[in-house]
Amino acid sequence: MAKPSKTPVVFAPWEDETQKPIIQFKNVTKRFGNFTAIDNLSLDIFEREFFALLGPSGCGKTTIMRMLAGFEAVTEGTILLGGKDISPVPPNKRPVNMMFQSYALFPHLSVWDNIAFGLRRSSMPKDEIGARVDEMLRLTRMEKFAKRKPHQISGGQRQRVALARSLAKAPKLLLLDEPLGALDKKLRHDTQFELMDIQEKTGTTFVIVTHDQEEAMTVASRVAVMDHGKLIQVATPAAIYETPNCVYVADFIGDVNLIEGNSKKVGSDKYEVSWAEGQAALHGSCPREIADGTRVTYAIRPEKVAISADKPKDAANAIQGTVHDIAYLGNISTYHVMLPNGQVIKAQESNTRRLANRHFTWEDPVWLSFTDTAGVILTE
Amino acid sequence: MRRFSWFNATSLTLGFAFLYLPMLILIIYSFNGGRNVAIWAGFSTKWYGELFRDQAFLDAAWVTLRVGLMSSTLATILGTMAAYVIVRGGRFKGRTVMSGMLYAPIVMPEVITGLSLLLLFIAIGLDRGLVTIVLAHTTFTMCFVSVVVSSRLVTFDQSLEEAALDLGCTPWDAFKSVTLPIIAPAVISGWLLAFTLSLDDLVLASFVSGPSSTTLPIKIFSAVRLGVSPKINALSTLMIAIVAIGVISASLINKRSVTKRLKDEQEAAAS
Ligand SMILES: Nc1ncnc2c1ncn2[C@@H]1O[C@H](COP(=O)(O)OP(=O)(O)OP(=O)(O)O)[C@@H](O)[C@H]1O
Ligand SMILES: [Mg+2]
Repeated sequence: MAKPSKTPVVFAPWEDETQKPIIQFKNVTKRFGNFTAIDNLSLDIFEREFFALLGPSGCGKTTIMRMLAGFEAVTEGTILLGGKDISPVPPNKRPVNMMFQSYALFPHLSVWDNIAFGLRRSSMPKDEIGARVDEMLRLTRMEKFAKRKPHQISGGQRQRVALARSLAKAPKLLLLDEPLGALDKKLRHDTQFELMDIQEKTGTTFVIVTHDQEEAMTVASRVAVMDHGKLIQVATPAAIYETPNCVYVADFIGDVNLIEGNSKKVGSDKYEVSWAEGQAALHGSCPREIADGTRVTYAIRPEKVAISADKPKDAANAIQGTVHDIAYLGNISTYHVMLPNGQVIKAQESNTRRLANRHFTWEDPVWLSFTDTAGVILTE
Repeated sequence: MRRFSWFNATSLTLGFAFLYLPMLILIIYSFNGGRNVAIWAGFSTKWYGELFRDQAFLDAAWVTLRVGLMSSTLATILGTMAAYVIVRGGRFKGRTVMSGMLYAPIVMPEVITGLSLLLLFIAIGLDRGLVTIVLAHTTFTMCFVSVVVSSRLVTFDQSLEEAALDLGCTPWDAFKSVTLPIIAPAVISGWLLAFTLSLDDLVLASFVSGPSSTTLPIKIFSAVRLGVSPKINALSTLMIAIVAIGVISASLINKRSVTKRLKDEQEAAAS
């Protein structure tokens, strides 16, 4: 699932002090009346990034896009594009194109004319426009529908036309508001790779809104997890998944087991979490300093939890429980194991054997085990 | 389907008779061969012939046509602009009051509108004639255009304009190449409505017309005072035809675009 990096050097401009970001949000606040949609947000996005915004409905993703495209003015703070404040620049003068969440296709124009709309208003010579539109149609596999009007095509096809229209002008910055939501899985995967390919070739910077975590993980160079107009964590997909900075992010991205307990420092960055009476404490690490006795959450992904009939000899963490439920998902099975205190922990195993000779079944007593680096200790 | 009872049939007949019998009689008598309007003397179209040889009537018709074309075009431009600002201008101070004031002239007695316009023209020293009638008609028909156009604009998806701006249009270009083509049916039916209203206006025109610029309704009204001539019947029949065509096509254009929009939305929802 990880992005195939063709360049030998790791692409991480956000770690390079000398790199200048293409977009800078500086303490941006946006209010609608007395409702705060974006709350004191600061963010740098770098050239050639594929930046994904992730968050629950209504958290302000579209608002960020609309401020970048120039449809909403910031209430406080500044947005810099290439080092210049963009607030006085009208939308039609910004080197930015946006794909609208509602597609916003022109109903009186054919698919072809919709895609050509922006090109006709650029400096592109007439004879090149046709070739460019055809290229976009090919890319989105809409060649057959070029002459149709938007109301004569399906929802997914409309989404592809909207995508083609925003890609056509090859802008410096492309804003895609849920560009692939209406496509089936196969087409979505293909289009994701097309987008990454376009980005590879043209060096465009992408900001993409998505509800699909897997999509964010596949395409993004960095992911921003948002909630209520605030950025909760901005990091690479792997970092977001492996080292979330709070319970909200851990819970929002992927599946996770959360065990609450009290922490106690045992090594330089090693901690013990006592989580239930009469149970061995869990061992884990946290880069931050935690005062002894703090209420913390131990977060561990189901695929990092091993399940066995006997207690493993040298596991850092081992807990006994009984199999409560089994969810068979084809390639993997998820075991829901009930602990003595009533909490249910999920453990994932890949199904290397056939269903018939599966290890465990309902009500079996089992041991769950994981290493002391598999889980993270979260204080928030 | 409910049965069509004799009660419904009678109501319908009575209602429509009440509405259209006078006009029907007028139309029938316009084909009367005799001079006396009240006595039927055989079918003839001679009064139509007479009408087209009467220079005074032709002049009045020419004035009416020019006034109608100019005032309805002007009213359509102004009315569309007003509707656009009221619906799209965002929330500016006094917006509610202004949108109310835009529609007030519809219910204002025409006599008052006519009188105040007359006073205005006298005050600024504008001679009464074609120009004053055009101005007066523009004043009172533009609110009708506004009503028609703004009812279409409120259902217009604003993100279409934003998309046009995003793709490099200036605001005027976006209006011209996206908004206007989409709201065109409403604008056209607003124009037709303004044209028909201007065509049959008597009250305003009698306040602001001058001796050299008599419109048809004024001409008819003054001719009738000297006695109803069959020529007037013929003329009135022609005007009924023109107005009917105008009103029917205005409503057809609007209805077609509404049904088309509904169909599009259904198709969009279904897909
Ligand atoms: N024009 C507006 N006036 C008032 N409130 C608004 C306006 N636009 C957005 N909001 C509010 O701002 C918040 C953020 O909206 P936004 O459209 O950015 O959400 P989103 O993250 O894109 O959600 P979704 O995933 O559902 O698209 C929402 O609570 C919304 O109700
Ligand atoms: Mg949104």
